[in-house]
Amino acid sequence: MTGIGTRPGRPLPRFEALAPARLDDAQLRRNLGKATATIRGKRQTVVDELPHWEALREEGRAAKAAVLAELDVRLEQLEARVRAAGGQVHWAPTAADATRIVGDIAARHAAREVIKVKSITTDEIRLNEALAARGIVATETDLAELIIQLAGEPSSHILVPAIHKNRSEIRELFVARLGQGDLTDEPRALAGAARRHLRAKFLSVPMAVSGANFAVAETGAVCVVESEGNGRMCLTLPRVLVTVMGIEKVVASWDDLGTMLQLLPRSSTGERMNPYTSIWTGVTPGDGPEEFHLVLLDNGRTQVLADSVGRQALQCIRCSACLNVCPVYERTGGHAYASVYPGPIGAILTPQLLGVEQADSLPYASTLCGACYDVCPVKINIPEVLVHLRGRAVERQAAGAGTHPYPRLERLAMRLAAWAFGSTTRYTLATRVARVALRLLGGGGAVTRLPGYGARWTAVRDLPPPPAQSFRDWWDART
Amino acid sequence: MSDDARAAMLARIRRAIADGAPRHGAHGVSAHDDAPALVRGVPLDAATCIARLVHRVEEYRAHVEVTTHDALPAAIAARVAMRGARTLVIPADLPVAWRPAGVALREDHALDVATLDAVDGVITGCRLAIAETGTIVLDGGAAQGRRAISLLPDWHCCVVFASQVVGDVPDAVRALAAAGSLSRPQTWISGPSATSDIELDRVEGVHGPRTLEVLVVRDARRQGAASSVIAAATGRPPASAA
Repeated sequence: MTGIGTRPGRPLPRFEALAPARLDDAQLRRNLGKATATIRGKRQTVVDELPHWEALREEGRAAKAAVLAELDVRLEQLEARVRAAGGQVHWAPTAADATRIVGDIAARHAAREVIKVKSITTDEIRLNEALAARGIVATETDLAELIIQLAGEPSSHILVPAIHKNRSEIRELFVARLGQGDLTDEPRALAGAARRHLRAKFLSVPMAVSGANFAVAETGAVCVVESEGNGRMCLTLPRVLVTVMGIEKVVASWDDLGTMLQLLPRSSTGERMNPYTSIWTGVTPGDGPEEFHLVLLDNGRTQVLADSVGRQALQCIRCSACLNVCPVYERTGGHAYASVYPGPIGAILTPQLLGVEQADSLPYASTLCGACYDVCPVKINIPEVLVHLRGRAVERQAAGAGTHPYPRLERLAMRLAAWAFGSTTRYTLATRVARVALRLLGGGGAVTRLPGYGARWTAVRDLPPPPAQSFRDWWDART
Repeated sequence: MSDDARAAMLARIRRAIADGAPRHGAHGVSAHDDAPALVRGVPLDAATCIARLVHRVEEYRAHVEVTTHDALPAAIAARVAMRGARTLVIPADLPVAWRPAGVALREDHALDVATLDAVDGVITGCRLAIAETGTIVLDGGAAQGRRAISLLPDWHCCVVFASQVVGDVPDAVRALAAAGSLSRPQTWISGPSATSDIELDRVEGVHGPRTLEVLVVRDARRQGAASSVIAAATGRPPASAA
């Protein structure tokens, strides 16, 4: 199950239906808690090192917003520069177009196998499945992607797709699937096993497929950041290289690329710089692939771009800092989001790429605490977009097209609330009634069970006991 | 078909952004022209620059040492001996003084990947190095060779002149532009190959070279072109000027 959602064109499973099983998985929560706490600490250390971090974030936001406002011009410029440097550029309005283009290139070179650099974009378009349908094996070379490919599981994190697995689970998988029996669960030994397993492929497979972190319109340069060197192998050794890039990955200038290269590693892995960054322009005779194809992918992005509030989601540079700070993600993990884009950014990106009607539970998979906005290196106001998308979900509800389980009850409750909040007298009265009712229900302590539909809410949380005095009463008594 | 796809995508983009968001650039105009000044960190003086580079490279668990032009051959020989390397690949234009004696040196004239995979290591120079991030940048220029030779061998020894060290990433971008390197194939290297994919623990050594050694040459003799290019591009003196 990769891609956005399980079945193209059909609504995603609802978040609240998928989350409980994850919440009950103690091992998963331990793995996630440990990993996200580690990465939060590392990020904070390297961010605190830069006194101008906030100004850098603003520079990053401005650069991304500007390029989106002139995306047509920048893409045409990128295309012209890549072509001038000997590369070929393809335009793919849909996932099916993109996978057909990549498959055709592989077929033209009679490639039975391609090696891949970690790329969420190719997960989004289900490239591996599409290639398999044409008899072409796609081998993932990033360690975490290899782990989940061997396990037959979907990714659960943007940066570390196997974040839900601990070292002993990975060791068992490698022993079973790579036939390397004398393996310990030391990360160094596990990394060594992956090195041995993939080396021969790097040296022999004729075609590689990558994503792109950035592409620079002014010169046609394409940039991939990575850690392991599998990216360098794929980008350098095979004769044919195909890069699938969402159209929002373009930046206008090298200065903008410099800004991004300061923001991304610190936000992502909590490093001052990732070990390897490869930047290439078209083809270079005698150095690297003889043939380079750049596939520019839409697949719903222009639909996101058309929403003046929601388009900021396209500023995302896929660092995953918002996942690591999210109290919801930390407890449910990525699989509850049923998308290759999980966490806070996924909760705003997935419903916009697919259409809100396909994923209208995701904008609610958040407490709106705002931690994601605070860490976002390009200042995407995720809570603002979440509320905006909730509004669109409610509009659909009102039009009779929503999927809320109790639409009439919700509407009634909202109308009542609007009426009560509409005048001071009614508001004061309502809070008095609520205080008395909660005191009766809780016997003076926390309310652990509400009657009727409210029981569904208290099934997983308690209501704190009401205060003896409201703020308004206290204020009146004070004077 | 593909022309249709192109036209359809561009039309969708134009419709999507037609709501009046400000458009900044025009066809073919570099964003440099009207871009506001870049956000910058605290400028580093020359000595701090070198010290920071050394510290940052060490933090990636790479070996780094500062040497002089005269002591460089001995420093290279010592590292090769400590590594126990017997065969090394070198770019065809590697300076003679950097070529250690007593080991088999294979100059790269389109060597095949099996040969590159079998050698014990590689010696290269670089285009520049970035102090703040501990990064060396290779662009296939002088004494660097093509990308594959610094990738397949398990041991990479890289020579950096103090005159090649810039303060931060924006300095590096401007220096690369001034050197005409923007369209060359670049590899930015920050420490040895690593992964954080297992419990987000950084482990050195996956597919790229598992050992990186950086020799920083603090010397006035070989500055010339590189340092004036960097000074012109960044508006700051190169690190070795002090």
